Amino acid sequence: MPEKTYREAIHDAMVEEMRRDETVFLMGEDIGSYGGAFGVSAGMLAEFGPERVRETPISELGIVGAAAGAAMVGMKPIAEMMFMDFILLALEPLMNQAAKARYMFGGKATVPMVVRMAGGSGTGAAAQHSQSLESILMAIPGIKVVAPSTPYDAKGLLISAIRDPNPVCFVEHKVLYKVKGEVPEGEYSIPLGVAEIKHPGTQLTVVSSGIMVSKSLAVATKLEAEGINVEVLDLRTLRPMDNEAIIKSVKKTGRLLVVHEAPQTGGWAGEVLAVVAGSEAFDYLDAPMRRLAGKDVPIPYNRFLEAAAVPQEADIEAEIRAILSNKY
Amino acid sequence: MVMWKKEEFDNYQTTDVLETANRLGLEKEKLIEMYRTMMKIRFFEEMADKQYALGKVHGTMHLSAGQEAVAVGSGFAIKKSDYLLNHHRGHGHFIASGADVNKMMAEFLGKDTGYCRGRGGSMHIADVTANNLGANGIVGGGLQLAVGVGIAIQMRKTDQLVLTIFGDGAANEGIFHESLNMAGIWDLPILYLCENNQYGMSANVNRVSAKTPFKARAEAYGIPGYYIDGNDVLAVYEFMKNASEHIRAGKGPVFVEAQTYRYFGHSKSDRNLYRTKEEIEYWKTVEDPIDRFEGLLLQADLLKVEEIKAMQNEINKEIEAAVTFAENSPEPDVKDLTEWVYA
Repeated sequence: MPEKTYREAIHDAMVEEMRRDETVFLMGEDIGSYGGAFGVSAGMLAEFGPERVRETPISELGIVGAAAGAAMVGMKPIAEMMFMDFILLALEPLMNQAAKARYMFGGKATVPMVVRMAGGSGTGAAAQHSQSLESILMAIPGIKVVAPSTPYDAKGLLISAIRDPNPVCFVEHKVLYKVKGEVPEGEYSIPLGVAEIKHPGTQLTVVSSGIMVSKSLAVATKLEAEGINVEVLDLRTLRPMDNEAIIKSVKKTGRLLVVHEAPQTGGWAGEVLAVVAGSEAFDYLDAPMRRLAGKDVPIPYNRFLEAAAVPQEADIEAEIRAILSNKY
Repeated sequence: MVMWKKEEFDNYQTTDVLETANRLGLEKEKLIEMYRTMMKIRFFEEMADKQYALGKVHGTMHLSAGQEAVAVGSGFAIKKSDYLLNHHRGHGHFIASGADVNKMMAEFLGKDTGYCRGRGGSMHIADVTANNLGANGIVGGGLQLAVGVGIAIQMRKTDQLVLTIFGDGAANEGIFHESLNMAGIWDLPILYLCENNQYGMSANVNRVSAKTPFKARAEAYGIPGYYIDGNDVLAVYEFMKNASEHIRAGKGPVFVEAQTYRYFGHSKSDRNLYRTKEEIEYWKTVEDPIDRFEGLLLQADLLKVEEIKAMQNEINKEIEAAVTFAENSPEPDVKDLTEWVYA
């Protein structure tokens, strides 16, 4: 199978859908000749022209609002937010308009739009260009939130997100853009709302998404050599969350660690813990459930401080060992 | 007392209805229909207010009595195939665009037969299948959606336009500027109608706006702007008609600010502490848009006093029937609470 980067996989998904469906178009800042702040839309202006690769002013509120309006009348816009932090300028159209139009109009409207955004820390971009805001986006009914961890998933999930009749926030991790992985030629899609076991195991379940999946996988592989058997469950879609997969895995392993980069307070790990606590999986637990999340701090600039602000492999490993040995 | 800046109007006040109608190509039947629709809006709102007083309306509502000329003048100037994005004070515009008052009253009362099956209420009435993309509970909410609708129309190369209506309050929201800038750079088919009723809730437009009229702001984005008498239904019709022709000719967006006045408070919690009784009385007695149009029609002998009476009886019956329809309609089933959160 050919290898592609996460960036190329996202690019390919957009290009293939735009070739297939003329109602799909991309809008955002610097997506044309610049190729997008992260290079994801490189070459697309040449193929599709300025109407379907629509470069916008720096108007995040306007971009997401326009995407919602176009979607309400049958287009399938993809809005690129560049840095995820900038979505905070556009929560009004996302949360008050796009998320609610269908419901408040009695089921008569559909809003098929995607908002792509690059989240996460690790690039020294500091507090206003490094956030993981998934938990905030997930809190509003009517919105779906997707956060792929591999090039394969990124392409398949983005194709599904574009075809989905709802507003979908598609969270790309900026550190993953360069990561390579197997991506088959030709069309495929991955359904939204379905988690995947990325590494099967029997002693403990790690639930995570995005970049924390790669980190958890590295730890799982390392511990395997010692005979410690960790299952890594990649949620892939954060809302709707695949509760069934979480419950099933925890029933099998009896232990749970949730890992995410978003700050702990109000973070979605709490949601996962509540799902398990309120399910039949609770009776199968052999140890307290734990979460390992970003610290409750703005992401700092200095590389050591930045690394300390979010879970690293060593932290994940330490947590797993602690849970397995009942030492917290 | 708040007065309008009549000397700054871009329109001539309609004094001879026959001459104006002739110039605009409006038949007598059309004029009477416009008059009748204004009356229907007024009666609908008075009845809505009554339903509220009787405790039959669960939520709030924003009444537009006094602003009927803006609704009818603009509604009659665009086509059924055009898109409409409305503000929260939208009853008049919906009725002018041909909405079913039964479904409107039912939505008010929160019934399953309402436009939004009781999920939206007065502030969210929409009929997406009829290109009515909804009233909006967020001030300026329609301004951003209009950009996307305009993009869609432009990409499909149809001769539609999107009419986005907002109040004077919305002109001070950030989205106002983002929307006009985008419409300006892409020549989008958007007809901006600023319905200036002089108060954003309690805030007088001149107190909270650095410069009025707002057409200067439109011109700053390269969009032709007009400031007109919003209580002169034929003036509104004329400017909106011209604007729509400009847009359909592919010449880009147009901005029209219609000066008007609302009689009722902002919403049901309003005790009118920010304006005087004399001011409200002035607008009701001297500038009322229905009275003004009625006077012109009578003067031109296009309408007779007894015809008005008959028309009023007919509209009353229609509005009463809407109340009966709403009252006899079922409540939404609670088991359907979470339907339609996702498609």
